[in-house]
Amino acid sequence: MAKTVAATGNEAVANALRQVNPDVSAAYPITPATDIMQRFTSFVSNGKVKTEMILVESEHSAMSACIGASAAGGRVMTVTSSQGLALMWEMLFIASGLRLPIVMPVVNRALSAPLNIHCDHSDAMGARDSGWIQLWSENGQEAYDNTIQAFLIGEHMDIRLPVMVCMDGFIISHSIERIEYLEDNEVKNFIGEFRQLNPLLDIEHPVSYGPLILPDYYMEFRKAQDEVESKVFRVVLDAAKDFEKISGRKYGLFETYRLDDAEIGLVILNSAAGTSKDVIDEFRNRGIKAGLLKPRLYRPFPYKETGEALKHLKAVCVLDRADAFGGSYGPLFIDISTSLYTYSKKPILINKIYGLGGRDYLPEHAELVLNELTEIAKTEKVKTIKEYIGVRG
Amino acid sequence: MKLKGWGELTPGAVILEAGNAVEFKTGSWRSFRPIWKEENCIQCLFCWLYCPDMAIKVKDGKRAEFDYDYCKGCGTCALECPGKKGQKAIVMVEEAK
Ligand code: SF4
Ligand code: SF4
Repeated sequence: MAKTVAATGNEAVANALRQVNPDVSAAYPITPATDIMQRFTSFVSNGKVKTEMILVESEHSAMSACIGASAAGGRVMTVTSSQGLALMWEMLFIASGLRLPIVMPVVNRALSAPLNIHCDHSDAMGARDSGWIQLWSENGQEAYDNTIQAFLIGEHMDIRLPVMVCMDGFIISHSIERIEYLEDNEVKNFIGEFRQLNPLLDIEHPVSYGPLILPDYYMEFRKAQDEVESKVFRVVLDAAKDFEKISGRKYGLFETYRLDDAEIGLVILNSAAGTSKDVIDEFRNRGIKAGLLKPRLYRPFPYKETGEALKHLKAVCVLDRADAFGGSYGPLFIDISTSLYTYSKKPILINKIYGLGGRDYLPEHAELVLNELTEIAKTEKVKTIKEYIGVRG
Repeated sequence: MKLKGWGELTPGAVILEAGNAVEFKTGSWRSFRPIWKEENCIQCLFCWLYCPDMAIKVKDGKRAEFDYDYCKGCGTCALECPGKKGQKAIVMVEEAK
């Protein structure tokens, strides 16, 4: 039987990690993710989990220790945010290249400079091409559910890849919501026993991790990894199906909201999707056919499925809570454009950068964008493709 | 040797057979070759101890020849060799000569 509680996003994720009861964790505190590990380490101290907890001196070391523990043959997790994720950067590629299914909730926060601790997606976006699977979560419930599913997905024998579970710093991590918890034994049965693949600690079968691979083989290993990415979609959908059986909650590669017959639409990640849905309802009440697409599996990105879901629209705005510097568009916009590239008839696309460094995303922002889209759908004219919103001139 | 295709590789480049470094002959890296001058050798076996590549053979407890298949020519043995009366028992000679 599920239990309904009032909890913060961090509390819910910490509870999911307690239920998973990983073998090893190594972590270093960073706002706003600290709270998850603070709660988890008290589970360790109070004997609620059997996890070997390694307290390290930096996030680079945290990820290094996780890599060692995972290669040794354990179920491993850590948690981070912002600069912490940036400091792990070198090791992220090693975790994915060695195909180690480490799970890492990332509580999204802005990058320095200027120093800022609030919500922004620049941290996870910077790691989007590191070979990690990324699941994004709108609220505490989704963060809890995604954390549990992340273990099943990453540990699947067909893929063996590390997984990040992203949720919005403070907006979700520190806000109390209604959340349904699964029973401990339901989570235990869902993820199953951890299955090892070539563990270092199997001394009967000694193996070597991390050899030097020269030009005669490096490209073959990269191609093999690219091929594995293509298997992730099915694994994610299968995990979602199994998860629905125990939770009653449906998940896919992305969520669509009133999109099937829509003419204008928003594409937006995480918590801001919730605000946007309310405004879409208002537009629908006024007879305007608005809809929304919220990516969940952001890496690997389901280009084909996303393109199919959006191709019939007249105008779409992709809202990015991060910018990709270099005269470019926001990262989500680049992916959505790519997903529509192959269609001859496709929506007109615009890109808005919003909510950086915790700037509020308000219903009036969604309203403004939807009004602009209504106009674009009518006139087929675009003033500016990329624009910052909610910013002082 | 036929090289494997991308579909035939172990995930994460993990090496599953133990002790296969023997197949990788590092002797071709050498630009300087150590030469043993037996007349100056005092059989201390420092060279055997210091060699990072097990390229110094020992037979019946005695210093034997170099294993040039694996000697990278790092020169550690020549540096450490005490030799006899100030005369080294290992000297490095340029391969090109
Ligand atoms: S030169 Fe280096 S590798 Fe060669 S025998 Fe001497 S110590 Fe060993
Ligand atoms: S270190 Fe020199 S003296 Fe000692 S055993 Fe080796 S070659 Fe002989």
